Amino acid sequence: MFQYIIRRILIAIPVLFGVTVFTFFVINMAPGNPVDMYVNPSATPQQIALAKEQLGLNDPLWVQYGHWLGQLFQGNLGFSYSTREPVTSMLIERLGPTLLLMGTSLIVAYLIAIPLGILSATRQYSWIDYLTTGFSFLGVSIPHFFLGLGAIYIFASKLELLPTGGMNTLGGTTGFGDTFFHMILPVLVLATGIAGNMVRYVRSSMIDVLGKDYLRTARAKGLRNFIVTNKHALRNALIPIITIIGMDIPLLIGGAVVTEQVFQWPGLGQLTIQSIGSRDYSALMALNLIAAIAVLVSNLLTDVVYSIVDPRIKYE
Amino acid sequence: MANLLDVNNLQTVFRTDKGEVTSVDEVSFSLKEGETLGIVGESGCGKSVTSLSIMRLLGKGGRVKHGSVKFKDRELTNLSEQEMRNIRGNDISMIFQEPMTSLNPLLTIGNQLMEGIRLHLKLSKKQAKLYAIDMLKKVGIPRAEAIINEYPHALSGGMRQRVMIAMALSCKPNLILADEPTTALDVTIQAQILKLMKKLKNELNTAIILITHDLGVVAEMADKVIVMYAGQVVEEADVYTLFDSPKHPYTKGLIKSIPHLDNDSSERLDSIPGTVPTLQHMPKGCRFHTRCPFATERCINEKPDLLQLKENESHSVRCFLYDSEQLDKDVREEVNS
Repeated sequence: MFQYIIRRILIAIPVLFGVTVFTFFVINMAPGNPVDMYVNPSATPQQIALAKEQLGLNDPLWVQYGHWLGQLFQGNLGFSYSTREPVTSMLIERLGPTLLLMGTSLIVAYLIAIPLGILSATRQYSWIDYLTTGFSFLGVSIPHFFLGLGAIYIFASKLELLPTGGMNTLGGTTGFGDTFFHMILPVLVLATGIAGNMVRYVRSSMIDVLGKDYLRTARAKGLRNFIVTNKHALRNALIPIITIIGMDIPLLIGGAVVTEQVFQWPGLGQLTIQSIGSRDYSALMALNLIAAIAVLVSNLLTDVVYSIVDPRIKYE
Repeated sequence: MANLLDVNNLQTVFRTDKGEVTSVDEVSFSLKEGETLGIVGESGCGKSVTSLSIMRLLGKGGRVKHGSVKFKDRELTNLSEQEMRNIRGNDISMIFQEPMTSLNPLLTIGNQLMEGIRLHLKLSKKQAKLYAIDMLKKVGIPRAEAIINEYPHALSGGMRQRVMIAMALSCKPNLILADEPTTALDVTIQAQILKLMKKLKNELNTAIILITHDLGVVAEMADKVIVMYAGQVVEEADVYTLFDSPKHPYTKGLIKSIPHLDNDSSERLDSIPGTVPTLQHMPKGCRFHTRCPFATERCINEKPDLLQLKENESHSVRCFLYDSEQLDKDVREEVNS
């Protein structure tokens, strides 16, 4: 098992390398460059050329990439082209809010989706089932920006119950209560989408397991329905769900780009949009890198959890 | 001696998209303590549904519509779910066809065995474990102390079926419903499992309902046999009578289609033409008339009853060919009452 994990980590290194090469060249293929984006309109062409020269933007791409990679090996993610801040400190500043928002949303979504999925499966074709699948379908299909704007319109603009965005009231208290208040709407929007997706997986996985022979065996022993469902069926049904959770975990880091933008949430998703707008190559490279690491780590984690839950899976 | 189990005029129906279909119809039989009843018939003739009806494990769509199932003088069809749970695994237990899929892959053998033991025998965890190890030894599982901590995937099909038997026998039930217990196993393992079941049955004086399509298994194990076709009993007799003088054309066809060692190898094995009719398209009249070589006009229009034969009242057959040899329906009812 330990050897397996080491091997997986070693395999991850070339993958990460490939991801950085790919993203670096793709980002540079986009029209415009950092200088065009932040330069004063009155700057002369000479000044622009000088700025480009100073930032090394005139070097061949592979030289620029080599430079970036060299810095990375020294633990330096570079400086933002637009704000001149170290990228590392920008990321750290944004990571907290994103983890908070996404973590809460995932937990809320699972707490709703898993019991609802089980209920829906055990009462297949009942009105509860139709209601649940209907709402989950809506949850999956309504775009986040639309749901977010709708929520802002109703709860913030019309009813004036909740703030329209941000993480804290400007100039107000910055306590937990205030943040919680600001989190309600974005969490609602994010959890709707995640839960909508999850309910369908839990339901279908549970329905699949409920038809298995070993559940008939369990019932033939005289076990109560509650034990049959929650001890015998649920464990088996959750195995495929682990994969879905594993695919959700990178969201914790990648953030919800659209939702953070709609609610002005100062997280990594918002930073991503800003960095794309200003062609901030170093920030974008860093954001891509940690997103890629998050995907690889959660994939590995998924496989490890699999082997713990399912005795049939053993890694050599 | 009173009967252990009395199934009377059982009718089981399933709800489907195309309306209600009757899967088992007019099925009656009885069983004494320690007796083995074989139920034979092709796939889809209602054998398994009969046993699931007794256990009330038909699932969502199925229900017993008519008839009664009396077990130790209690009417099972009227019991509450709670009372029924006390019977399942305790007084009546089941062995299923597929040992490969009938055990939960995520729970250890011990965990699955001890569940029923702790539930019905009210033993402590420690006692239950010793009891479970003892049961595994009884069904001939080597290294029982180690196997109890293993997961099902570590065991072969034959070993898993032994575990299922240990599970079924652990609470010393009066009745075991064995639904094709050896069908998924290869022939040598089949013989071992049958031998084991016979031995344990004699030790514990358990009654068995053995559901199978294998007449060889029936000849080996059963005291009496009922032959089912399309959800109905078509013939009932003790095992010797059935093999010596089968009456119903369907039973005759089944017996003829068993390969024999002394058959000429160039000779074609007999078979019954056609297939079992589907539940939605049940023929009128005798349900077997579409495949019966002796079918007459009457068979197409009239429904035969399962009637006892005059010469041997324990032998009943559902066929017009034996009309003159059968007791009248009224007489039969008089005899029964």
